[in-house]
Amino acid sequence: MTARRRVIPYFLLTPGAAWLIVFFVVPMYYMARLSLNTGTLETGFTFNWEWSNYKDALSLYDQPFLRSFYYAGVATVIALAIGYPLAYAIAFKGGKWKNAMLFAVVAPFFTTYLIRTYAWQTILSDQSPVVDVLKALGLASSGHVLATGSAVIAGITYNFLPFMVLPIYASLERVDESLIEAAKDLYASSRSAFVKVTLPLSAPGIVAGTLLTFIPAAGDYVNAFFLGGANNKMIGNVIQGLYLTQRDYPAAAALSFVLMALIMVAVFIYIRFAGSEALMGEEAVGA
Amino acid sequence: MEAGTAAAPQYIRRESAPARAWSWLREHGINIYAGLAIAYLLIPIAVIIFFSFNNPAGRYNFTWVGFTLDHWRNAFGISELNDALFTSLRLALFATLISTAIGTLMALALVRYQFFGRRSANFLIVIPMATPEIVMGAALLSFFLIINTPPLGFSTLLIAHVMFCISFVVVVVRSRLIGFDRSLEEAAQDLGANPFQTFFRVTLPLILPGIVAAALLAFALSIDDFVVSNFNSGTTVTFPLYIFGAAQRGIPVEVNVIATMLFAVTLVAMGLTVLQQRRAERLASVRPQQEGE
Repeated sequence: MTARRRVIPYFLLTPGAAWLIVFFVVPMYYMARLSLNTGTLETGFTFNWEWSNYKDALSLYDQPFLRSFYYAGVATVIALAIGYPLAYAIAFKGGKWKNAMLFAVVAPFFTTYLIRTYAWQTILSDQSPVVDVLKALGLASSGHVLATGSAVIAGITYNFLPFMVLPIYASLERVDESLIEAAKDLYASSRSAFVKVTLPLSAPGIVAGTLLTFIPAAGDYVNAFFLGGANNKMIGNVIQGLYLTQRDYPAAAALSFVLMALIMVAVFIYIRFAGSEALMGEEAVGA
Repeated sequence: MEAGTAAAPQYIRRESAPARAWSWLREHGINIYAGLAIAYLLIPIAVIIFFSFNNPAGRYNFTWVGFTLDHWRNAFGISELNDALFTSLRLALFATLISTAIGTLMALALVRYQFFGRRSANFLIVIPMATPEIVMGAALLSFFLIINTPPLGFSTLLIAHVMFCISFVVVVVRSRLIGFDRSLEEAAQDLGANPFQTFFRVTLPLILPGIVAAALLAFALSIDDFVVSNFNSGTTVTFPLYIFGAAQRGIPVEVNVIATMLFAVTLVAMGLTVLQQRRAERLASVRPQQEGE
């Protein structure tokens, strides 16, 4: 009986684990191999530890790389500035509106990602009243918003805002309000009660939210495609172009790996921060 | 009201107007801010719905020209769009069934059993969620290119979609399993149920809401996926891929119409799920009281 009990989890685990190993882990290995190939589509690719692919990829595409991290970083900061107060309001001031507000946060997911981005193309197009307002405020000096970095950042911020709000909301929701009351009983002002009690307790949510926003944002190319111009290409656009149009697979694979490596660093820092179980927990609530 | 008490208005009047405005703002500022943030979240959806009734002059549906229902009447009149939509629905259905089944088994293993390799299994599940979609798509394409089989198309899309859905299914089902009262299963076994009967008559019905939520999430992830599909589709076109392709030559208004329909369908499905869950919770909350009697 105990021997049987011991093998049961492996039976349950096998189909899913096999799927993830064969179609996630193994492909990573194949991509790593591909990134060290030489050759072109015409001559065929051969594997010979061609490390210069990495050097070339970085020196040729350093600009899109920097731009990706810059856009993703700015968008994450703006999403935090919009998302934290929103999550706070839902958790503590929502009252009977709480569910409606949460619903509004996830409502964008009910439309397709590409459609949402396309909607921003409409909103920011030259004929749009929004752009007229921005022009009147002197915020769009060139007369255009579309095909600028600001438009790409606006799109990214919008598309990943729910990923920021939901984990922060989840961690604020778990804050024991009696702790805040205790701080106030001990003569903390509203502000210092917030800074010393609420904010630290919601830190796991902030860490999860910023990563859930930053990771997909750094690899995104849909927003740059719809809302950016020729000078706003992100690393995702480059990888997509190299893979699907130019078919320079080794360079594309090398670039994907560098992107992956940079993002892994961020994830490991996060896991040290909050623990892998906490990440799973936040994900569950976010979902 | 205030006229009745003579002293109170006098006291209030002593606070200056800006001070009163400031304290009002401090009280309600965060709600106003939240309201604006929610408007920001909802405006693009309104734009999509609004422009589904537009009658654009050219190929680009960016400027409001005039109201028409033509595109609603013609919603399913573009055959490539219909094909793409049908492909997406079929793909999402299969991806949901497979990923929900194997993801639920994984969640059961991770919550119910202590075993060697549990941490590695957890890690295997977290990693795909922490990987940018583009890297996942590119790796899978590299894999399919090198092993040269199966040809890029529906089958590779299905493999990819199941792959990125599994982790999310595990996480959702897991959270439901963690709060599970094991004594119910013990009771079933005490009453002579074998492990299979216990699972199908007790465990499964109780974790079903979690499985349904996971399936809905998997379906939503699959039908919405663009990046991974873009890499692994070959010549197969899904709904998001159709939009991407059409973006260059101008997206037809029918896309807005179908997006509006999908939004409405999701809204109804979501509403029904919430109602169902409320009912389940009401039923569940009755039980302890009966026990107490």
